[in-house]
Amino acid sequence: MISSKNPIYLDHAATTRCDPKVVEAMLPYFSERFGNAGSRNHQFGWEAEDGIEIAREQAAKLIGAQSKEVIFTSGSTESNNLAIKGAAEIYARAASGQSGRGHIVTAAHEHKAVLDPVRRLMREGFDATFIQPPMDGVITAEMVKAALRPDTILVSIMWVNNELGTINEVPAIGKLCHEKEIIFHTDATQWVGKMPTNVETDNIDLLSWSGHKIYGPKGVGALYVRRRKPRVRLEALQDGGGQERGMRSGTQNVSGIVGFGKACELCRNDMEAEGVRLLAMRSRLESELVKRIEVTVVNGHATKRVPNITNISFGFVEGESLMMGVREIACSSGSACTSASLEPSYVLKSLGVGDDLAHSSLRLSLGRWTTDAEVDAAIEMIETAVNHLRRLSPLYDLHKEGIDLSKIVWQSH
Amino acid sequence: MAYSTKVIDHYENPRNVGAFGTSKEVAVRRDIGIGIVGAPECGDVMQLQIKVSEQGVIEDAKFKCFGCGSAIASSSLATEWIKGKTVDEALTIRNTQIVEELSLPPVKIHCSVLAEDSIRSAIEDWKKKSSAIATAAVPTSS
Repeated sequence: MISSKNPIYLDHAATTRCDPKVVEAMLPYFSERFGNAGSRNHQFGWEAEDGIEIAREQAAKLIGAQSKEVIFTSGSTESNNLAIKGAAEIYARAASGQSGRGHIVTAAHEHKAVLDPVRRLMREGFDATFIQPPMDGVITAEMVKAALRPDTILVSIMWVNNELGTINEVPAIGKLCHEKEIIFHTDATQWVGKMPTNVETDNIDLLSWSGHKIYGPKGVGALYVRRRKPRVRLEALQDGGGQERGMRSGTQNVSGIVGFGKACELCRNDMEAEGVRLLAMRSRLESELVKRIEVTVVNGHATKRVPNITNISFGFVEGESLMMGVREIACSSGSACTSASLEPSYVLKSLGVGDDLAHSSLRLSLGRWTTDAEVDAAIEMIETAVNHLRRLSPLYDLHKEGIDLSKIVWQSH
Repeated sequence: MAYSTKVIDHYENPRNVGAFGTSKEVAVRRDIGIGIVGAPECGDVMQLQIKVSEQGVIEDAKFKCFGCGSAIASSSLATEWIKGKTVDEALTIRNTQIVEELSLPPVKIHCSVLAEDSIRSAIEDWKKKSSAIATAAVPTSS
């Protein structure tokens, strides 16, 4: 029996537990190696700098980059902001304060940390196209090609969608951008560390990732900035001491960066075996739920997905009440019943998933310490909760009576 | 956000779940009033059915709810409160009483509003049906 004090953690797409090996690597940098990496004239500074440079190597190796191309930040949100705003400012076609400064292409189901910087740029004289994803959620190079304009300066397409786990065609999109000499940024937060990455063969100019999604600490991330073919330039968002090649001033978070580097190294070492293990567990989770519970739909592309994330809609059951029914499982829902807007997930809506099924979705994301026994328990708990809620659901009754719910005129409030 | 113990109790042991027949059967029952409020795309649908005596007393009530835990608890509580009351008494129930009883947080107030609406809507439906009997009865008796 799993007590509700220790729920089963199936929310690894939200954050992960810091690996004990990561914590161990970090600890000396809080105490004996506490120096400021900017102190160039004494041992404490050198030790801190060494720690950072080792981490930079480890981070670079994970993505097939040169260590000089890695800029440490506070996480993916900052990396995305620096990449998008920093590149737009440099590659703008008109001066600040004017309109027609250039066109940016992104997708409607990107993370808010991409959408909102782009929206801010739109208020500052840039244009943008938000590609509407197809039903399977996958953005292809052709879709990007159709959105390009002669004045397009930047394309930002995430590698993996955080709610669905679907994989966009990043290498092909990058190739297209390189042919057209357009800067290509990818928010790779849910990809890096889980899937093999090579910024050279994957044609990436700017790539964001985060420590806490890959069993590292929170508050640290990185931005890959290509140094040759082309040499990508960015306008800094934060000015000061000129750390991180002047792109991110501020005393480095040494312990966090050391932990980030260690986390990158650990992911690189067991990526292949871990991918196989996670995929087997997720496949079982999905196939059991679909088999046991009628009107259950896995959202997004069937195979073009990272192995650890699934997003499932259980018809006629509201997601938040379902989460209440599975309080022993820590997961997330596309239902936004708690938000003031009452709007369900914009990601699911952008795919054309009906609002009712969007309200009925759970995102389950597995990770390094997820066990077969936990997956088995989760299947049982979800089945029980869905059955309980369907007994209460007027929509399920109508479904059983053969009434098409989409044909009913609801008394909306 | 933590749920109150009363919300959890209603969620786990909902009172008066069900219906007095299929949607077609209850539609023609003159002693039954039906209130269906909300919409699936808003994430809540509440269905309340009341069985009313000729004297206007709510003899029985059944609910079904598609919605969050607070919506389920609000509709479950509503059935408890209206059973045995006259329709006029039931109409005095206010959503604020539900909020207080279940300790609903501000983001969940709409659940209580929906429960109050479902009571009104069910009583209105019953009144419409029973007045239809009265008018229908006039030509046959004359």
